[in-house]
Amino acid sequence: MIRTTALTKVFRSRDREVTALDHVDLHVAEGEIFGVLGRSGAGKSTLIRTVNLLERPTSGTVEVAGRELTALSAGRLRAERRRIGMIFQHFNLLSSRDVAGNVAVPLEIAGVGRAERTRKVGELLDLVGLSAHAKAYPAQLSGGQKQRVGIARALANDPRVLLCDEATSALDPETTRSILDLLRDLRSSLGLTILLITHEMDVVKTVCDSAALMEAGRVVESGSLTDLLTRPDSRLARDMFPLGLSADGTGGTVVDITFRGAETAQPFVSTLARTYNVDVNILGAAVETVAGRQVGRMRIALDGTFEQNVVPIGYLREQGLQVDVLGQDTAARPFPGPTASDSDSASAVSATAGKDA
Amino acid sequence: MPWDELRPLLWTATQETFSMVGWTMLFTVAVGLPIGVLLVLTDKGGLLNARFGAASPVTALNRVLGLVVNVGRSFPFLILLVALIPFTRWVMGLFGQATAIGTDAMVVPLTVAAIPFFARLVETSVREVDRGLVEAAQAMGASVPTVVRKVLVREALPSLVAGLTTTTIAVIGYSAMAGVIGAGGLGDLAIRYGYKNFDDRTMTVTVVLLIVIVQAVQFTGGFVSRRLNHR
Ligand SMILES: Nc1ncnc2c1ncn2[C@@H]1O[C@H](COP(=O)(O)OP(=O)(O)OP(=O)(O)O)[C@@H](O)[C@H]1O
Ligand SMILES: [Mg+2]
Repeated sequence: MIRTTALTKVFRSRDREVTALDHVDLHVAEGEIFGVLGRSGAGKSTLIRTVNLLERPTSGTVEVAGRELTALSAGRLRAERRRIGMIFQHFNLLSSRDVAGNVAVPLEIAGVGRAERTRKVGELLDLVGLSAHAKAYPAQLSGGQKQRVGIARALANDPRVLLCDEATSALDPETTRSILDLLRDLRSSLGLTILLITHEMDVVKTVCDSAALMEAGRVVESGSLTDLLTRPDSRLARDMFPLGLSADGTGGTVVDITFRGAETAQPFVSTLARTYNVDVNILGAAVETVAGRQVGRMRIALDGTFEQNVVPIGYLREQGLQVDVLGQDTAARPFPGPTASDSDSASAVSATAGKDA
Repeated sequence: MPWDELRPLLWTATQETFSMVGWTMLFTVAVGLPIGVLLVLTDKGGLLNARFGAASPVTALNRVLGLVVNVGRSFPFLILLVALIPFTRWVMGLFGQATAIGTDAMVVPLTVAAIPFFARLVETSVREVDRGLVEAAQAMGASVPTVVRKVLVREALPSLVAGLTTTTIAVIGYSAMAGVIGAGGLGDLAIRYGYKNFDDRTMTVTVVLLIVIVQAVQFTGGFVSRRLNHR
């Protein structure tokens, strides 16, 4: 649905040059909620603003719904933008218009007639639960209500794509939750594709199907959350599950276990200990709800070398758990190895390997 | 001067003042508003500047407008009034009465003085509109004229009305010098009868009347501006 190819943006001012985007290749599939995470200054806003060409890229192309926006004339681009909704951190509502008036703006721009506008505005306000506030001015609304107006406005011309730049960053956790729930519902009911920018891991965990991590203008990691979670070297996954430990100072074989859904209910640790008579040392664990499902990660140490633990590890794998033995031969792993771009976590893994082997 | 004589004079003078100021403000808004908006659009970071690039004639237009506005604003009004007499005659000629004298003629120099004054106020007001709003409109597919109409002017409206009020009051002040080209009005009445003839009553009454008019303009402007402001 959204595809950027070698997207590069260099800001030049008299005495300096900032590469805000450095050959970014991003692919957001139809109907998914895609989150882009990164520290301040990583280039997240620049990325989302180049998707609808509010910012012209220095080089590279942007394609939305099969149209290459970077190749369009100004007039055609304006027509395409009507099909791409956008919401903002600071809402950007017109203070001079009431709620209904704000939602009507994109319809006016698209040349929709008055009667149809009134009907559509009513429908949109229903959708976001603000019908009672149609005549209120933005200054009279709470942050969460303002963002709902922003969402209604963004959806006015039935877009296929919704861009959200830090849409919940100005809201408290509870309101954030309700806005995220709304976005999720809209994705299902309208079949929207949503690209959202955030610096909060929680937002990604709550609503996203896929995510990318940006650093200094580059996408250093990306994929579906479920994929990322099974990558032992994924920094996004590690941030999602801050086990916050190394395998240092423990004897035995250190194993990371990732489990999801019904597996969380299984008492596999005690079964393991009882059945195979091994000492299980739990080094850390975390359970989280990711993309609407329970997912957990646990790091345990089993007494003895890997060879001595082949059978218990086999048992864990038989239970359908994702088992990652730290420090063993990568080729034997049933999941992708470290990616080249993520060099520092790759070296962290091999350092652990050295100690354990 | 006795009341019976003064009353009709006051009435005529008031009408003349209203006529001069009214027409002047009409032309001032028609020309000053677009100039003020253009000053913002053509400036660095402005929409037209971004659209056509800093190297385009847009930058030159910005410089020229800025210069013209500054020159217009630096003239003391009395000097402008006299210096413009040939121009005033020419403009009046376009309307079929080639004269630089009279109430109608006074509208020309008043407008010339008020346009740059108002244009700067417009510029300041429009500049204060949040960039995010402009961006939101662009993201909806709005063209530059649409952004100007629906966002820049509309959002700046309370502040534009305040600027209009200030300009109107300044023009009422300038119009007091209308006597120089025989245009009449309250200011002229005060100067001619009140000041030069030492007629305290005429002086007091006209000045009080001017104060009342300025107060009324200020009050109305403030009221409208507040009503338009939903922030
Ligand atoms: N208009 C601009 N002119 C010059 N430099 C810019 C401009 N916009 C962004 N930059 C620079 O580009 C880099 C990326 O900025 P960007 O706003 O995309 O970061 P971000 O990831 O959104 O950060 P934040 O989380 O703080 O919003 C920064 O170094 C910033 O200073
Ligand atoms: Mg940002």
